[in-house]
Amino acid sequence: MVEHGDIRVVHRGGSKINSREPVVTNDSRFLLCASGERVKVFSTSTEECVHDLRGHTDLVTGVLLRPTNHLQVYSCSVDGTVRLWDFTDGILIKVQTCSWLMFDIVCMCVCAELFQLVAVHLPQSGDQLVEAQELSAVLSNVSSNPAATGFGRGVRAPPLRSPNAPPGAITYPKTDKDNKKGGKNTLMCIACHPKDDCIATGHEDGKIRLWRNFNHKKEYTYTTLHWHHNAVSSLRFTPEGTNLLSGGLESVLVQWRYNQESERDFLPRLGSAITHIAVSPDGTLFCTSHSDNKITIIQSCVKVSAVIQGLVNGESVRTDLMVDPRSKSLVLNGKPGHLQFYSLQRDKLLYNLDIVQQEYIHELGLQQFEVVKVAFDAPGNWMATVEERKPKAAEPEINLKLWAFDEQTQSFVLNTTVSAPHEAQITSMCFSQAADGQTSMLVSASEDGHFKAWQLPRSAYEGPSWSCDFVGDYRGLAPQCCCFSADGSLLAVSFQEVVTVWSPASWELLTTLSQPPKAIRDLCFGRLGCSKYLMGTTASNLLCCWNLLTCSLEWSTSMDVSLLLSDPLTENMAAFCCQAESTDLFVFKPSEPRPVASLKAVCSGKVTRAVFAPREEMLESCEESSQWLNRSQLYFLTQHMLLQSPAHVLPSTSVLCSMFVESLLVSVADGRSVVHEHLVHVFLNNSHSDHLCLTLNVSQQNTHRL
Amino acid sequence: MGEFKVHRVRFFDYMPAAIRAMAFNRRTERLALARADGALEIFNFADNYFQEKVIPGQDGRAVEALCWVGRRLFSAGLNGEITEYDLENLRPRYTVEAYGGPIWTISAVAYSLSGCVPCQVGCEDGTVKMFEVLEDRIQFQRNLDRQKGRIISLCWHPSASLIAAGMMDMIRIFDVETGRATHRLLVERGVGASKSKEVVVWSIAFLSDHTIISGDSAGKVQIWDGLTGTLARTHLVTKWDVLALSVSQDESSLVAGTSEGTVVQFQFLSSTLDGQNKDWVRTRTFKNHSHDVRALVHTETAVVSGGMDTQLVVRPLLDKVEKNTQESAMRKMAFPHRSLVCCAKKAGLLLFQFPDHLELWRLGESDGHGNPGDSLPVKRKPEKLIQLKRKGEDHICCSALSPCGGWLAYSTVTSFRLYRLQNNTISITKVSKLPKDLRSAHQLCFSTDSSRLFASSINSSVVVVALNQPECKYLHTLKPKSGSREPVHLLFASEDGKWLATANTACEVQVYNLDKIKLHCTVPVYGSCPTAIAIHPTSSNLVVVHADQQIFEYSLVQKEYTEWSRRLQKQGLHSLWLERDTPITHVTFNPKHPAHIILHDMFMFCVIDQSLPLPEAKTRLFNQMILRSLPEPMRILHRHAFKMCKTFQNLMCVRLLEDHSLVVVERPLLDIMSQLPAPVRQKRFAT
Repeated sequence: MVEHGDIRVVHRGGSKINSREPVVTNDSRFLLCASGERVKVFSTSTEECVHDLRGHTDLVTGVLLRPTNHLQVYSCSVDGTVRLWDFTDGILIKVQTCSWLMFDIVCMCVCAELFQLVAVHLPQSGDQLVEAQELSAVLSNVSSNPAATGFGRGVRAPPLRSPNAPPGAITYPKTDKDNKKGGKNTLMCIACHPKDDCIATGHEDGKIRLWRNFNHKKEYTYTTLHWHHNAVSSLRFTPEGTNLLSGGLESVLVQWRYNQESERDFLPRLGSAITHIAVSPDGTLFCTSHSDNKITIIQSCVKVSAVIQGLVNGESVRTDLMVDPRSKSLVLNGKPGHLQFYSLQRDKLLYNLDIVQQEYIHELGLQQFEVVKVAFDAPGNWMATVEERKPKAAEPEINLKLWAFDEQTQSFVLNTTVSAPHEAQITSMCFSQAADGQTSMLVSASEDGHFKAWQLPRSAYEGPSWSCDFVGDYRGLAPQCCCFSADGSLLAVSFQEVVTVWSPASWELLTTLSQPPKAIRDLCFGRLGCSKYLMGTTASNLLCCWNLLTCSLEWSTSMDVSLLLSDPLTENMAAFCCQAESTDLFVFKPSEPRPVASLKAVCSGKVTRAVFAPREEMLESCEESSQWLNRSQLYFLTQHMLLQSPAHVLPSTSVLCSMFVESLLVSVADGRSVVHEHLVHVFLNNSHSDHLCLTLNVSQQNTHRL
Repeated sequence: MGEFKVHRVRFFDYMPAAIRAMAFNRRTERLALARADGALEIFNFADNYFQEKVIPGQDGRAVEALCWVGRRLFSAGLNGEITEYDLENLRPRYTVEAYGGPIWTISAVAYSLSGCVPCQVGCEDGTVKMFEVLEDRIQFQRNLDRQKGRIISLCWHPSASLIAAGMMDMIRIFDVETGRATHRLLVERGVGASKSKEVVVWSIAFLSDHTIISGDSAGKVQIWDGLTGTLARTHLVTKWDVLALSVSQDESSLVAGTSEGTVVQFQFLSSTLDGQNKDWVRTRTFKNHSHDVRALVHTETAVVSGGMDTQLVVRPLLDKVEKNTQESAMRKMAFPHRSLVCCAKKAGLLLFQFPDHLELWRLGESDGHGNPGDSLPVKRKPEKLIQLKRKGEDHICCSALSPCGGWLAYSTVTSFRLYRLQNNTISITKVSKLPKDLRSAHQLCFSTDSSRLFASSINSSVVVVALNQPECKYLHTLKPKSGSREPVHLLFASEDGKWLATANTACEVQVYNLDKIKLHCTVPVYGSCPTAIAIHPTSSNLVVVHADQQIFEYSLVQKEYTEWSRRLQKQGLHSLWLERDTPITHVTFNPKHPAHIILHDMFMFCVIDQSLPLPEAKTRLFNQMILRSLPEPMRILHRHAFKMCKTFQNLMCVRLLEDHSLVVVERPLLDIMSQLPAPVRQKRFAT
């Protein structure tokens, strides 16, 4: 249905897999989890994604095995449908449309927009598309948090009273009931014992209460279990009811013996805070979802057997998006103090690299070291990282680390640590692009008014380490950007409105270029045939192109470029312009001020990070407007500047037929928009993926749901 | 309210003794409590937990266990004796030597079909001795099979045919008929270093379904099947000791007190909805103590606990009582419900009563003037004049200082002593010749002119003694008409010397005319025990405050309740006033303002201005701060009779001196806490 040659934006993976509780199939072979607009089926033994159940047009909010057929699974979504899938074959069996938005499905009951708990009767019929009309509200005014609703088996309403009564739904009667003392005992989650008259609730102050006699009017009583020091985020009974599992911020899975609560087992060091716990129906596997977009599969609370890791969505991406030249993987901030290497092709996290190499201590308000800059040299032999910690009312602590690629371990090994390389924040850092790869050089610019060149001296003794080669400054101004020309013979450093061009060989100031009145925002050399051009954007909304042979301005145009970057494999450059809450993308060659391609309203909000990633296979497209995507793909991150919540959902798209589409801001279940950063992907729609595009939904309208 | 110069006294080093044992009589709703110094206290739970009776302690009497048999109270202690108490005369009635070394526990059958009630004691030498409770004494019956190791705890099976005994490392079940042990249950020792130490079964409970529950020094509460002698379940409650257990009467709930100061509740709950498969499940944990919980009682509606930190705590079970009522409030009883301070109004002297000595202090002086709230410079520091040690081994039960400061009297259960004080030279001389009728007293009181001494004696009678310079002379004995045998716990002689009011624990208030030496009238009996009485100096109205916080004013001239009292009863007292949980322990009047009644409890003192309107139910009772902020005309509108001051806390005594200054004796609870031994070490998170 999509016109040939159209370019659109698609979500490219990195979806959140920890937004809802995962589901383990009856035979414990597969793990199903909601991931953006689709349901992913993972193998519990190999960690591989077996199937991708595609069909929902909006965020999937609940997954549930069909009680009558253990090879089928229901999923519900904000798009208002409940779908039934065969997960072993990955086939959609039935679509059930509901007039309401579904936020969670639990045992055939759905939390709708007003957060009522309703029972949906799913009619039996042969048609694939069925409209469900029968909705009966079970409870109104339930919490939007699905963890705060639980179902018990033993609390089924007596059949005498009403045959239609749903299985008794238990929600905490009133969350503020015990709040009169000002204690932080807000209810966080709930679990019902599978056999006994016992309900477990987890509270914000870290206590777990086991309620008994709960359906008696007054004589209910409770036991308090206290191990967690912070809010209990998930509770689950094992199927036999012999153990209670709890998890929280401590990233420790606690197993309490039911009725023998003083005995408990711990599975510590699970990496990050536990958000959900799921238990396989036979009780052999436990699954824990973690806040760093990870699902851990645990065998009988003893051993971690598999880890399914999605793209880690840290607090914010401080580093630029980088592409590791060797693995062609995307590199960005991951867990605190780590860099993650994320394979774009396979939508899979390759590994996390510990940069800070300090134990992470969780404490509110504690300033942690953060990785703020990353740079790779052209062949991928060296990586430079900058980590920074800014204690309140103190000088920032900065470390520059240089990592060498070790062929044997196929990983980066720390080579040099430079503590306090600059006296103030490092604003920009880049490697020289020298093609020979022999003399690597790193330039760092800092707010302290200096830029420094770092070199690896060819010393005789073993273990060479990097050292400072040159310190440059210009009229005491603070350098903002630095950039090497394609052949490494020129270094451009911007000092406010002045661009200085240096020769790295002699460290001689060759020329200065300037375009007053405002400071330079971005600098970029042209590549290949256009390497004589230096592109720059200024804060006064000018895009300038200087010809370095003539040292004069070649052309300039007035546009508010928020991000400028060059494709290392072609002459193309991409500029993101933010205008009126939406971003336009222009692709051009520095040689001429005419865009090769322009895309209006790529996404709403400002694009803060973007990267060109090389393609594995070159495409043969003849369309002029899409030729620029033949060799590389453009990935970008958007950011909703107003919201700074760590929880965000990245809806994913198909790997095969990703179209050039938009970014999505998703309202998660609590009705507040929480999403900010999305990885999206520019892709060429070529002919062979046309038929798949039919199932791909371009959910442009979702952006306006907030 | 008026302004007072206040002597804020904090040099009364009152130190209550640790609570050792408790026994609750469900029929009379009386709680008997034994302290470490041997003193016994009786609390009436039906009457606002009022401390009705105090039996003073004795050197060398260490009560380990208490037990009610009907209305009779028995105690056993490490001195190897069983003592029965005379609750009418507040003294031990007799003691019986058990001849088995120190006694750790005593237990009586709750209900007995035959007339004779057996009573058992567990001894250090491993014998369980059976005693028969006779009409006026107890008699040794027989020994059960002697065991190795001491018997720490005992509990009868409700059928009175079996008895469970907690020992070192084991529990034994005896058949009472044959005296033989039928089962021997081995209790596991603690892990780690305590493996080599014997485990002590500190407490044991035997339920009617033959379940035995034990609490031991390894911190376990264990549930046993008494028929088969097998362990059903172990609950590890603490790292330290489980010292006390108590089961509710319907056997559905159980509490265990630990060395950590926690009380852990277990409930007999069915795990499924149909009510089958009941099991003992650990439920709530109460932490109201800082030290060992040595004694526990599970009443119908509350958990009563006491221990090393000397406080008696009543923690209502919220599933058993109505929420947000007076009954659902937790109570901590730290101070005795009677005054231990005597104040000589004219001389400015304070007499502090300790169990084994008396202290006489002269108040400081200050001539400074300042604004309300200022602390004035002390010109002369308060001074301890005399420390008088008691003679004999019985502890002091009451003491008094005459208003002029010239006489000092104290009494123990066996002896009475009177001293003559020379104030200017600070000398003390014992009055050697005392009347024969004055052997001991429950309460002492001097007349305002210090010429008479009133001492409450047996059978609610009051002995009147005339005090003259060389000697004292017995005048007569005042007796009530009712023939009550309950002890008089309150005495008040009116300022004009005409009236003497007495109140006894049977709630009777009698007024004697001292001129005619006969009973003037009996105030109509009110259902709650009087906690303070006083006669107005000019109007001769008797003010009585009861344990349920009600206030009555009775005109002695008209022999009826006054108009104000009727008005107060008709309108009812403010709910906040009724919800206070400590009794009024003293009432006095302000001679400058005849309409003012000054009274105090542990947390406040209050001036009731009878000329002002009574507070409505909706008005704020504590409105002093609001009144201060209002302009004058508004202030008049919002005034009401109750003017309360909470500036001073933990009050032992508030008295008005002759010079119109107020003496306030405080004993901060923190000072008491700081004198307690260190509690068991507990690991706290993030330390």
